[in-house]
Amino acid sequence: MDENKTLVKVRDLKFARAGRMIFDGVDLDIQRGKITVIMGPSGTGKTTLLRLIGRQLKPMQGSISVDGEEVTTLGHRRLYELRKRMGMLFQNGALLTDLSVFENVAYPIREHTNLSDELIRTLVLMKLQAVGLRGARDLMPAELSGGMARRVALARAIALDPMMIMYDEPFTGQDPISMGVLVRLIRNLNDALGLTSVVVSHDIEEASSIADYIYLLSGGKVVAHGTTEDLANSDSEWAQQFMKGKPDGPVPFHFQSQPYTDDLNI
Amino acid sequence: MINQLQSLGHKALDFFQRLGRGHILIVDVLKGQPALFFRPRLIIQQLYSVGVLSLLIVVVSGFFVGMVMGLQGYNTLVDFGAEESLGVMVALTLVRELGPVVTALLFAGRAGSALTAEIGLMKATEQLSAMEMMAVDPIRRVLAPRFLAGFISMPLLAAMFSAVGVLGGYFVGVGLLGVDEGAYWSQMQASVDLYEDIYNGVIKSIVFGFVVTWIAIFEGYDAIPTSEGVSRATTRTVVHSSLAILGLDFILTALMFN
Amino acid sequence: MTTRITEIWVGLFVAAGIAALFMLAMQVSNLSTYNSDSGYDVTAYFEDISGLKVRSPVTMSGVRIGRVKAIEFDKQRLSALVTMEIEGEYNTLPDDSSASIYTAGLLGEKYIGLEPGAGSNDCEEISLDDSGEISIDESARNDCKPSTLQQGSEIKLTQDSLVLEKLIGQFISRFMDEDKKETVK
Repeated sequence: MDENKTLVKVRDLKFARAGRMIFDGVDLDIQRGKITVIMGPSGTGKTTLLRLIGRQLKPMQGSISVDGEEVTTLGHRRLYELRKRMGMLFQNGALLTDLSVFENVAYPIREHTNLSDELIRTLVLMKLQAVGLRGARDLMPAELSGGMARRVALARAIALDPMMIMYDEPFTGQDPISMGVLVRLIRNLNDALGLTSVVVSHDIEEASSIADYIYLLSGGKVVAHGTTEDLANSDSEWAQQFMKGKPDGPVPFHFQSQPYTDDLNI
Repeated sequence: MINQLQSLGHKALDFFQRLGRGHILIVDVLKGQPALFFRPRLIIQQLYSVGVLSLLIVVVSGFFVGMVMGLQGYNTLVDFGAEESLGVMVALTLVRELGPVVTALLFAGRAGSALTAEIGLMKATEQLSAMEMMAVDPIRRVLAPRFLAGFISMPLLAAMFSAVGVLGGYFVGVGLLGVDEGAYWSQMQASVDLYEDIYNGVIKSIVFGFVVTWIAIFEGYDAIPTSEGVSRATTRTVVHSSLAILGLDFILTALMFN
Repeated sequence: MTTRITEIWVGLFVAAGIAALFMLAMQVSNLSTYNSDSGYDVTAYFEDISGLKVRSPVTMSGVRIGRVKAIEFDKQRLSALVTMEIEGEYNTLPDDSSASIYTAGLLGEKYIGLEPGAGSNDCEEISLDDSGEISIDESARNDCKPSTLQQGSEIKLTQDSLVLEKLIGQFISRFMDEDKKETVK
């Protein structure tokens, strides 16, 4: 029963880049049908975690299973089959710049199905309607604002009706209105389509307002996890510092360095 | 001393790693070729941006190179009273050497750099990653059709360069300087051999097309995904392609016309 | 609409490329002079072929009628065996034609020039009759054709390539000889 409720299971994940340990034994469980938010200070490799789940990167050690499949050892064909069931929203949308909004959303459908143009049109308009951009179908990506581009990318991510969507920093650099729109969209899509959502973010307020479960990462490890209330009321120093936005605490204000006085040669 | 040795070793390792990645990439790209026959539209799109858009520069350059050779050749040959051989000289130089080589250099500058920049920017803006996550293999969907288009375009462009160059030589030699028209063509036909000259010239241009396109897509795909990385990759494409063309030209010439 | 224009351009591009290749093959190179099927081969031995190459032209009265097909060295006769391919339409060359190697211009290419022989036809029965007059048997003439060069026939009369050094050498030695004679006087 418990097995079935967990969609993504990460165990003892280790990953290093350019000689620096980014993950040093991370364990995560992402529940089906829930919105799981992964938070942490910048530079803790939250985006890297999403790439590892999508197997765009290979971990040094540990296991990642998605819907019962071990992605770290999956062959090319099986991996691509699995990816069809995953959507990912990149930080700035990553729309294909030479295609219009309509064609961008139609792209995965055209690539993976042989549906008629008529049917594709219907599907694309439905997806665009869901993100409120049906009227922008003929614009080119360069003509969109950042928030609109993300919404188009979201429409594209749900084009093939995936089982899960990973959001990479969906709120960064958004004005309050489009931030509100995105927050609502993520919640609504998750509930309406029965998706599983993984949101990577450091915008505490927005993220915790939609989160069903939160993981706090720091220093390559999970330092705290639980529901929003759990974390807010937790007595873990990490959670307190991060949730309240204190400048100094377990996450030091200073980047690792030699003592100040030594550096100044005093 | 030790540091310099280390940096040399680092560079060498780096070089071989890049070489290895380049070979892995080309194998993947070639594996993606058969699937393209079911999607001709992809190739047509790329033939347009790689081939058609290079057409103007290649044709204009070809005509001017032909005209200059007509002028220079005439001035040299007329001293020996051999200006009838102008056609031979123009045609042989173009078909054997200048056609494939100059076209490939122009192609590297025009189409190769554009390919690198396009692919590099797609990488920098995460479009390639997005494709991967949409279960679309960017090597097959983005690189393979571009490679095929470059491979097809290069020999066609080189042939056009040579043909237009011969006409340019004709224009100057026969039209302006008064070389006999019949002699221009007949001497050319008598001395230019279909297999030895034209066929080998076409083979050269095919080899150059392969190498230039390979370098261009590899540099784009391997670029560091920042604006600086893409600009450096673009420069590298032009420099490496040009060196590869000239080096290979020497080797091919030695093998062919020996 | 844009894809349509793109496709038209690409079509034009490919067509122009193929046309250029075709032009190079037909107009610039010697493809138009290739018609190897209908020809027949004739051989000849030369003592010296220096400068002659495979695919050099074979001419008669200055008109190109074929090409050199192969050049080998005959180990028995210790001379060069040249195989020429004559185009099929020139099938009336007398079998006693002679072949010489010439140079086109002072520094030009070597080529083989054929000169027609008299035609060693044994058709006309020429005989001295009893009265001492020459009688020609006209009857034989109609059914007989002069013997011509065929596939595989050999040209017996050959003249070698003129080598400039040899020529000058001969000239000088003769000059020296005359010089000597004069001193003897």
